[in-house]
Amino acid sequence: MDYVIEMLNIRKEFPGIVANDNINLQVKKGEIHALLGENGAGKSTLMNVLFGLYQPEKGEIKVRGDKANITDPNVANALGIGMVHQHFMLVDTFTVTENIVLGSEPRKVGTVDIRKAEKEVKELSERYGLNVDPKAKIRDISVGMQQRVEILKTLYRGAEILIFDEPTAVLTPQEIKELIEIMQSLVKEGKSIILITHKLKEIMEVCDRCTVIRKGQGIGTVDVSETNPTELASLMVGREVSFSTEKKPAEPKETFLSIKDLRVKDARGVEMVKGLNLEVKAGEIVGIAGVDGNGQSELIEAITGLRKSESGTIQLHEKVITNLTPRKVTQSGVSHIPQDRHKFGLVLDFPIGENMVLQSYYQEPFSKNGVMNFKNIYKKAQELIDEYDVRTPDAYTKARALSGGNQQKAIIGREVDRSPDLIIAAQPTRGLDVGAIEFIHKKLIEERDKGRAVLLLSFELEEIMNLSDRIAVMFDGQIVSQVKPEETNEQHLGLLMAGNKEEKAGGQ
Amino acid sequence: MFSNKTVNILIPIISVVLGLLSGAIIMVAFGYNPVAGYAALWNGAFGDAYFLGETLRQVTPYILSGLAVAFALRTGLLNIGVEGQVFVGWIASVWVGISFELPMIIHLPLAVLAAALAGAFWGFIPGILKAKLGVHEVIVTIMMNYIALYISNSLVRNVLTDGSDQTDKVAKSASLASDWLAGMTYFSRLHWGLLIALAMAFVMWFVLNKTTRGFELRAVGFNQNASNYAGMSVGKNVVLAMVISGAFAGLAGAMEGLGTFEYMSVKSGFTNIGFDGIAVALLGANTAFGVVLAAFLFGTLKIGALNMPTEAGVPTELVEIVIALIIFFVASSYMIRWIILRFKREGK
Repeated sequence: MDYVIEMLNIRKEFPGIVANDNINLQVKKGEIHALLGENGAGKSTLMNVLFGLYQPEKGEIKVRGDKANITDPNVANALGIGMVHQHFMLVDTFTVTENIVLGSEPRKVGTVDIRKAEKEVKELSERYGLNVDPKAKIRDISVGMQQRVEILKTLYRGAEILIFDEPTAVLTPQEIKELIEIMQSLVKEGKSIILITHKLKEIMEVCDRCTVIRKGQGIGTVDVSETNPTELASLMVGREVSFSTEKKPAEPKETFLSIKDLRVKDARGVEMVKGLNLEVKAGEIVGIAGVDGNGQSELIEAITGLRKSESGTIQLHEKVITNLTPRKVTQSGVSHIPQDRHKFGLVLDFPIGENMVLQSYYQEPFSKNGVMNFKNIYKKAQELIDEYDVRTPDAYTKARALSGGNQQKAIIGREVDRSPDLIIAAQPTRGLDVGAIEFIHKKLIEERDKGRAVLLLSFELEEIMNLSDRIAVMFDGQIVSQVKPEETNEQHLGLLMAGNKEEKAGGQ
Repeated sequence: MFSNKTVNILIPIISVVLGLLSGAIIMVAFGYNPVAGYAALWNGAFGDAYFLGETLRQVTPYILSGLAVAFALRTGLLNIGVEGQVFVGWIASVWVGISFELPMIIHLPLAVLAAALAGAFWGFIPGILKAKLGVHEVIVTIMMNYIALYISNSLVRNVLTDGSDQTDKVAKSASLASDWLAGMTYFSRLHWGLLIALAMAFVMWFVLNKTTRGFELRAVGFNQNASNYAGMSVGKNVVLAMVISGAFAGLAGAMEGLGTFEYMSVKSGFTNIGFDGIAVALLGANTAFGVVLAAFLFGTLKIGALNMPTEAGVPTELVEIVIALIIFFVASSYMIRWIILRFKREGK
């Protein structure tokens, strides 16, 4: 059998934990091979072993049948292994070409032969249908394009085996579709792809085979054509997982949040929210669907006080909260699960326990007369950690050390525990595995059933369809239409999101 | 066996040892006897009560300037302006010290307070510029150092004296100097300021670690976006951090103005108390306790070095090299961390 990559009985230990134990991964030439596992299952560790960033304690790696000793990423590059990182490693102010050739520039009498480089980049880009402008600056192109630059970087260095580390986490649905086409054309040209992911839908759509790891253990490899999402999910989590969240019909009560004619500018001074109207009632989940960049982030920042609005009103019950400070908004009964948990949701260098009181530290019983009461803080933190199943060695562990899913559970615990009247959840399950997603969806529905208003922002249509009682489609800074999830489908929503107002569900 | 915390404590200690070792190698290379050299340094710092007193006197402003740098750094601000804040604190304390005739119980606290307020004001300016206009504090504080130097020189010449290079001594009622302390240490210049410095170390520890204000300051230091999200005012905390940092620095000036010298003179350049504070804070890992220990080490090295030429024929500059090397090793702690981890792996 001609395997292009074989990782046999790999074992990798870190102080106190075994990250990989006896894992086998065999990738055939010309296939898209999925590497599936929960957050923290050991996928990244395994790939870092393959890429030469870690040395395994046991096991061997064979590349094209020959035993390979991959001591550092340069060796991996020389063997034709390339990695498309989840967090791009690009220089913003450089052009596409400059980024691609960085480190292996073609030279002409001591200078970089940028013209030759541009030509090569253009050829590569055309060959794989990547459609990248070699002269564009990185900061001027979209996230999807930046990812293609990362792909080109590996191809330029002669990669035959491409590792994609959760490539779709940052992409819009349209960009995901295009990426899948790119991956298929790469395979057609004889490349092999390892796709690290926990999105089952993508695996079913593009992958040939799938290797599952759970808690550092290799569970096995399956042919995608002979399996289904339910089986994959239970292999990954180790128990049955329900996909469509169980929920009762909503019982909406009085209008709780009402936004009238809101206008908000972004940091560059461009108007992103253009006279938006929206209402959310107590006891219902309103999902905002839309393509990223249509003003969703600005809308949420305006509600939560993080950004000034130009005009219009935001009202909670009777109280106008337009342009109040974030603290005043919080005190008015708003909780906010932010889109970017590392940038906004947590102080990563604080213990997870202290992150649990990030908004309430100044109140009793967490402090008195300006002096913190850490005993009460950690008592509360431990309660939340237990209740929300945040997996951490203890409450004193730095938030940075927790996996993404557990960080998010901690944030949700903190935000929900304040018993807010309105919960704003922005991409609450971004980058999480099915187990954590299931948990978070359940919590949000519980809060709805307690009579809270929930405003959900997500770029995952599936999540919007599953959770929302009402879907508000946002396009170009406005809510262009509102539909019930049972009266629509993903195609219809996609059209609405692209700005087609007239289309009716199912109709032509 | 080595937790993360132990590693963090080991790094400065190993850095000091490596710095001293490298100093010894340099001494050998230049034909000096390192054992005699370090023995002279030890005697010069602790050899008798006078030297001990001088060492402790030197430690006093270092603690405060170290606290000033450390406090700002914990809030994510690099206060390079401690030097200038020391100057304004010094001149303010001397000004109050020579201008009034008051009972000591009022006069001394007033003079000390004046120094803290002057330093705080000197920190407030870069703080408010950063908070309101986003001007980087490093640029502003560096420039404020020169402004402080020349203003204080001008004040000494034109306001506090009639064209003289040195002010009168501060009134007895505003002096930190103590006949008793001097008598105990063969007339060293040791003064009561050491107690103020140690008290301020406690204040810094308490404010940062125990109060809600400290919680905010540290949060802002780590992540401004999350602090803003959590309802804290980033700008207010930035200004406050610079004000408190400046106040510590101003007190360091008071130590010289009311304690060591009891006057202010025209200076041709910086005192380096503030700049050395950066090194003290770095070695002390920006913690109050660490700063006290690091200040102690630096004071010891500086005073002990004065004895090296006479007793061992080693030039005092060698100590500057050792200090620079210690800072180098702390700054390149990555290397030490790596070595410790190596040991850890092999020891398993």
